[in-house]
Amino acid sequence: MHPLPRVLFPSKGRKNSDAKVVVTGAGIVTAFGSGWEANASGFREGRRSFQPVTLFDVSRHRVKVAAQAAIPDSLPTRHLRRGTARRMDRSSKLLLIAAAEAWDQARLEGTNEMPVVLGTTSGGMGLGETYYRQAIDHPNVAKGQARRVVHYLAQTQAMVVEEALGFYGPILTIANACASGSNAIGHAADMIRSGQAELVLTGGYDALSELVFTGFDSLQALSPTQCRPFDARRDGLALGEGAAVLILESEEHARARSAQVLATVAGYGAATDCHHLTQPQPQGNAALQSMRLACADARLEPRQISYVNAHGTGTPLNDSAEAAAINQWAEEMAGEIPVSSTKACIGHLLGAAGAVEAVVCLMALQGQWLPPMSVGAPDPVCRFPLVLKPSNAKLHYALSNSFGFGGANATLIFGRNP
Amino acid sequence: MSRVFIHGIGAVSPAGWNVCSLRQALDSGVPIPASPLERPGWKRPLQVRLVPQPIPKLPHLAHARLRRTSPMSIYAAAAGMEALQNGGYSPVPAHRLGVIFCVTAGCVQYTRRFYDEAWRNPPGASPLLFPETVFNAPGSHFGAILESSAVNYTLVGDPGTFLQALALAAGWLQDGKADSCLVVGAEEIDWITADAYRHFAKGVVCGEGAGAVYLSGKFPNEGEGIELIAITEPGLYLNGMSRTEAIRKMRTALPPAGVAAILSDSIASWPSRDRDELAAWADWKGARVSSRVVLGEGLMAAGAWQCVAALDHLRAGRHRTAFVSIAGGHQQAIAACFSMATNG
Repeated sequence: MHPLPRVLFPSKGRKNSDAKVVVTGAGIVTAFGSGWEANASGFREGRRSFQPVTLFDVSRHRVKVAAQAAIPDSLPTRHLRRGTARRMDRSSKLLLIAAAEAWDQARLEGTNEMPVVLGTTSGGMGLGETYYRQAIDHPNVAKGQARRVVHYLAQTQAMVVEEALGFYGPILTIANACASGSNAIGHAADMIRSGQAELVLTGGYDALSELVFTGFDSLQALSPTQCRPFDARRDGLALGEGAAVLILESEEHARARSAQVLATVAGYGAATDCHHLTQPQPQGNAALQSMRLACADARLEPRQISYVNAHGTGTPLNDSAEAAAINQWAEEMAGEIPVSSTKACIGHLLGAAGAVEAVVCLMALQGQWLPPMSVGAPDPVCRFPLVLKPSNAKLHYALSNSFGFGGANATLIFGRNP
Repeated sequence: MSRVFIHGIGAVSPAGWNVCSLRQALDSGVPIPASPLERPGWKRPLQVRLVPQPIPKLPHLAHARLRRTSPMSIYAAAAGMEALQNGGYSPVPAHRLGVIFCVTAGCVQYTRRFYDEAWRNPPGASPLLFPETVFNAPGSHFGAILESSAVNYTLVGDPGTFLQALALAAGWLQDGKADSCLVVGAEEIDWITADAYRHFAKGVVCGEGAGAVYLSGKFPNEGEGIELIAITEPGLYLNGMSRTEAIRKMRTALPPAGVAAILSDSIASWPSRDRDELAAWADWKGARVSSRVVLGEGLMAAGAWQCVAALDHLRAGRHRTAFVSIAGGHQQAIAACFSMATNG
């Protein structure tokens, strides 16, 4: 099962190659439910999935709704030891649901080695909260605390996936705030292109937690009405939770094992916005840089992009900066490239957002439709058409933006499987 | 296959605010005295090793981004700037400095304070604290101080993640994603971290601080430079791979050691955990430095200190080759090898 000792550096396989990276498996869980079908139907119709928060007490919060995911009673625990399965926290469960779906779709049974690259913002924060409350309320009671420490750690959630699915490989967890999921997928694609890996399990996950919900509430970043990205009267974001996992592999590897290809990862760009910890530079300079880098990486011009899945949080500052960046990036083609933000449907999934939105792009490319969002009056800053109702379209390439606290900006481009 | 060289190192630790203080403490081999840290609900305090006050008046630490930030952001900035300064970094237009910030526990002081407010009185929770709880806040501050818009990752994991970050930085240099890279590992102490650690090892004293390594593909100077030779693939303690076996395999994946080598290990005065690593290196006859024994269990900072200590020995000409062995408690075993090299 375990390989002979190897080195991470220098990588013998490093080749700076043009190896095409393909997606052969995708798994998703959001407030729409678990699995591709439930989610494709929700995104296709642009349904909203917000409900009163029941995971913790929000009676004293300014905003009381979020897009909570329903975790099924039966989880794909597979090879997981019973004790580990019993100790899984909410974020591990979400991640495992998505990973198992991606694994099955890619038909990876028999695979026993694969690196894992995941994005998250808060790992097992729910357990951290429980640890703290017990440490304060019952300072001399140690019961359960050691387990909470271990399962709080982000690497534990990735290890749960490896144990459950029965494979082995190095884990890299990227915590670049709300761009984490996109950075993880982009980095996984880079690993394949540079010859470091032939196959990578990648994605992002985050569960709702009291700390994070209160944090956004305290910043008054949550919409007290309804999340309406790019609406002239938008007043904030809505939070959600979930996970999405992709199986990426080199085209050569996928072909050799006759795997079904869902799409290609055509390009990845990442840039850093130094303007402010929580506010984007008003003209979206780093967002523009990230989109341009992704296009250069994919060797594509903006006119070749058929759809943009915007970061589009619904906050006044993010959407105006992103709109400015898209306008500038698309130049004279701005009026031709449809844009929407699926955060209007399932909220902002933070570390999972980039990965979930990547799967939305795969769904749109495969189904040849545009995911709509509900907007009253579009912000006049948008020189691009917003997708406001369900519609079919001829899509070749979809671009997905993810921007986060701390100025983490990432862009992915996916291509339709020819 | 292009080569990767170490240009600069930096450190903040319970021994002080630079590599020199770290070196003196490690050379003495005497554990830094522990300080008491109040633990709510207990009469007896926890024992920890803190970075000494006051914060030095360094120009870059006066940056607006660091005014209200967490201690670990300040440690990371101080260590990172030391590495860049002694590595001869001078910002020029279009130079792409990749930044990788590594952390295990993260900004726990603000996180614990913010959660306490969120739990007791959500409407009163401070919006100033929350953004500083995010894992990538220190990496973001550092990028802003340097005005670097290049790629900037924050990695979360056990202390071995610091070596994964070095490999990632080497990959960025080789793939042309960055012109040079800075890798920083940092942690800060809070009673909740020390409290969490005592569930696993009652006698281990937690420490705090940061370590930084500055790398590029350019040969540093005339004569000799420090080259990154190898980083082993992480061996996870999972799916039938025991910690003992993973550590043993880590050792066998390293190049052979010459006589003039030093080992920087992760021994932490924790007999049950140290046993496997001691066994894997039982035949080691060269010099050895165990930074955790002197500075404390600094989690990601400790992984970074191990590298900095090893590289400092090479830089000072005390050894020709250095090995860094990190046997994490829960996730993985990983090691690195550095060596003095000539140009060409």
